[in-house]
Amino acid sequence: MSSKTDTAVTRFLASRARFGPFEIAFWIAAFATIYVLPGRHLILTETAIWGLFALSLDLILGYAGIISLGHAAFFGVGAYAAGLLAKYEIIVEPSIALVCAGLIAAALGFATSFLVLRGSDLTRLMVTLGVSLVCFELANKFADLTGGADGLQGVTMAPILGVYRFDLFGHTAYVYTLVWLFVLFMLARRIVNSPFGLSLKAIKGNALRSSAIGIAVNWRLVAIYTLSAGYAGIAGGLLAQTQAFASLSMLSIERSADALLILIIGGTGYLYGGLIGALIYRLLQDYLSDLTARYWQFWIGLLLIAIVLVGRERIGGWVYFVEKQVAHLFRRPAPSSRAEEGV
Amino acid sequence: MLTILFDGVAYGMLLFVLACGLSVTLGLMNFVNLAHGAFAMAGGYITVVLVNRAGLPFIAGLVLAFFATAAIGIVLERTLYIHVYAKSHLDQVLFTIGLVFMSVAAVDYVMGSSQQFVQIPAALQGQFDVFGVGVGRYRLLIIVICGLLTVALQFVLMATRFGSRLRAAVDDQRVARGLGINVGAVFAVTFAVGSGLAGLGGALGAEILGLDPIFPLKYMIYFLIVVTVGGTSSITGPFLASILLGIGDVAGKYYFPTLGAFVIYTIMIIVLIWRPQGLFARGASR
Amino acid sequence: MAAVSETPVLETRNLDKRFGGIVAASAISIAIRKGARHALIGPNGAGKTTFVNLLTGMLRPSGGEILLDGAPITHLEPHRRVRLGVARTFQINQLFADLTPIETLGLAVSERHGSGRDWWRIVGSRAGVTQEVGELLERFGLVDVMTERTAILPYGKQRLLEIAVAFACRPRVLLLDEPAAGVPEAERHEILATIAALPADVTVLLIEHDMDIVFSFADRISVLVNGELFVEGPPDEVARDPRVKAVYLGEALDG
Repeated sequence: MSSKTDTAVTRFLASRARFGPFEIAFWIAAFATIYVLPGRHLILTETAIWGLFALSLDLILGYAGIISLGHAAFFGVGAYAAGLLAKYEIIVEPSIALVCAGLIAAALGFATSFLVLRGSDLTRLMVTLGVSLVCFELANKFADLTGGADGLQGVTMAPILGVYRFDLFGHTAYVYTLVWLFVLFMLARRIVNSPFGLSLKAIKGNALRSSAIGIAVNWRLVAIYTLSAGYAGIAGGLLAQTQAFASLSMLSIERSADALLILIIGGTGYLYGGLIGALIYRLLQDYLSDLTARYWQFWIGLLLIAIVLVGRERIGGWVYFVEKQVAHLFRRPAPSSRAEEGV
Repeated sequence: MLTILFDGVAYGMLLFVLACGLSVTLGLMNFVNLAHGAFAMAGGYITVVLVNRAGLPFIAGLVLAFFATAAIGIVLERTLYIHVYAKSHLDQVLFTIGLVFMSVAAVDYVMGSSQQFVQIPAALQGQFDVFGVGVGRYRLLIIVICGLLTVALQFVLMATRFGSRLRAAVDDQRVARGLGINVGAVFAVTFAVGSGLAGLGGALGAEILGLDPIFPLKYMIYFLIVVTVGGTSSITGPFLASILLGIGDVAGKYYFPTLGAFVIYTIMIIVLIWRPQGLFARGASR
Repeated sequence: MAAVSETPVLETRNLDKRFGGIVAASAISIAIRKGARHALIGPNGAGKTTFVNLLTGMLRPSGGEILLDGAPITHLEPHRRVRLGVARTFQINQLFADLTPIETLGLAVSERHGSGRDWWRIVGSRAGVTQEVGELLERFGLVDVMTERTAILPYGKQRLLEIAVAFACRPRVLLLDEPAAGVPEAERHEILATIAALPADVTVLLIEHDMDIVFSFADRISVLVNGELFVEGPPDEVARDPRVKAVYLGEALDG
């Protein structure tokens, strides 16, 4: 046994998880926007929430290969949970309520995770869609509780940690959201770089081989699905808390499709895709809204088709190529390969 | 109650005509076409324009809806879809969702977002009494037309050369190609017919299902249920699934109005868990 | 050589497998003793891979038992059997295309150490794991390609990785399904040398078509024909058996 090989192995694995200069720059810029762009906090809050939602989808799509068209179920459940906890003053402090909302969504995720273990891609698509439709119908039916089509009214938010009031300009809301995004992102980053995270990539790549080295595939999938649902729930809870409102649209197919779209724009399998996608989506929305108001869905559809026809790997590959050149400039080890040959 | 049964069967047969194209596409090319509902919507709107605005007779409107939508189907298939066949299921989902978005927005722009109704000839309106059961004339027409179409489809599938080529290609594409069957042509024709039928179904169903720009999104789930529960290896599977779904939906909404579509979705989830390849599929699917 | 009546490390009793009307395995009873180099041969379609699939749990038997060190594992799920010490290689490589050999082996070793579910620390932070990965890379000659994506490795290296990954599970029984299959002539010797160098305390069941490999490697051979155990015995006995020669019509059996 040579210690040279040993060191090389350790160094390689460590380099995968090291913080690259882009990452550090990204987060510095993100937190800088608190001071640099005070007028944009409302929009940025929404963008950050979308980013977190897309991130939650990446956990199952990019890392475990589960295609879901119903992820908004967890988003909406989290939103309603947070809204109701605040409205009926069951849990008054927003952060604690948010954690609870996340746990409730995670519980739903756990319960439904067994449904996505079986069947083909299409079956999974249908089942996830079905679950979100069932949630939608339930929310619609229990209108006394949820406000039905009018949405959840009368939600008032208490100050965060008893000290920071939600203000009209959305400053507190933005800092709150950004902090949560950062914490959850770092946690997710840790997880995907852990042995558990590696086993997910393995399962996505070759489930047969995974079980042939002793991995209990189904339980790992249940675990990541539950975590992903929790993340989506917290994203929904943040939306409800920062807007003091929850509505049926948060449970809709359109919401699930939007999250998928955002994630695809940003790229799957490297965690930042959800955040970057949300930024691009937001910019596009602003730009296209000026042009075409209500028909911007048309252009989004076109973008989606273009992305597929050009090829996601080529787009991802192009991003990777650019990054690699810049990384060479900084003389750091190249970023980990994330050119996916298709999910 | 018999009225409900009757209405349910009409609804079911309509769903079958709408969804059978999707079933064959999935079974044949393993292609998840979420934009199928957009073809139905196209057929509906074409008929609205032809019958309401241009004053064509209703039946002519239906026939033209079929051919027009089939034509659209061929064009899209040869220009766009063909590039996506070999891609992953996720790519197919994204691509077809993109098509849906574009078609929904386009129709909204051109025709406005309010619900449209086709002007049905007076002879088809209202009901007549059969042994005390109210039989809607329009629904009767639906049953007749869809029934004839189903019989025709089954005939083509089982008794013609094209049908046997199609069945071979669905069973095993590679072997079929090896036997000299032009699978690409088979698929193009099938896709066109399937889209045409969807268009016809959309036109026929505008009265019952409601026609507005979000039609593809609203009804896509029903088509998918028909296909996943019915399986993709035959026509009888989706047919039975459609009838069951139609009766179930109508009966459910009548007897349990507060539950709404909840019952359907729950049943679908249960079925998919129990038999991931569909209730009526034979053996394991791809 | 063999000790007095020892429990065989891997044993099947009347193992059956039927697919509808097709009998893929019929009353197969094999006992493999610890440390053996046991080869399983037979014509194409004889059911050799089916047998391995039954041993590893990918297929459920229609009848019969499988025992590991005397304890039944007949109905255990595949990953549980791996944990108990049964690992396999596949005839066609089943590897993780986007992972590097370091990660692939790191994963297998972590799983074995029981730290595969750890989500709070970075892969490679356990010295014991990285050390073992380093050892495996050296033993299987993969050091020069250890940071490359598996998908771009030459086939011979991939095959070595396939064996390495199974070996990383520290199995009591290692099932090798045609390890040299598809490997270009130039890279074969590395595979064969690696197999020959496997530790004596690992029991190896080898499925092979290549008789040279079988006769140089095995100390006991079982012949499977149409799902049934046809002949079993030490290599020279099997080589001399006229029935075996008849079954293999035309194939060279001697050394």
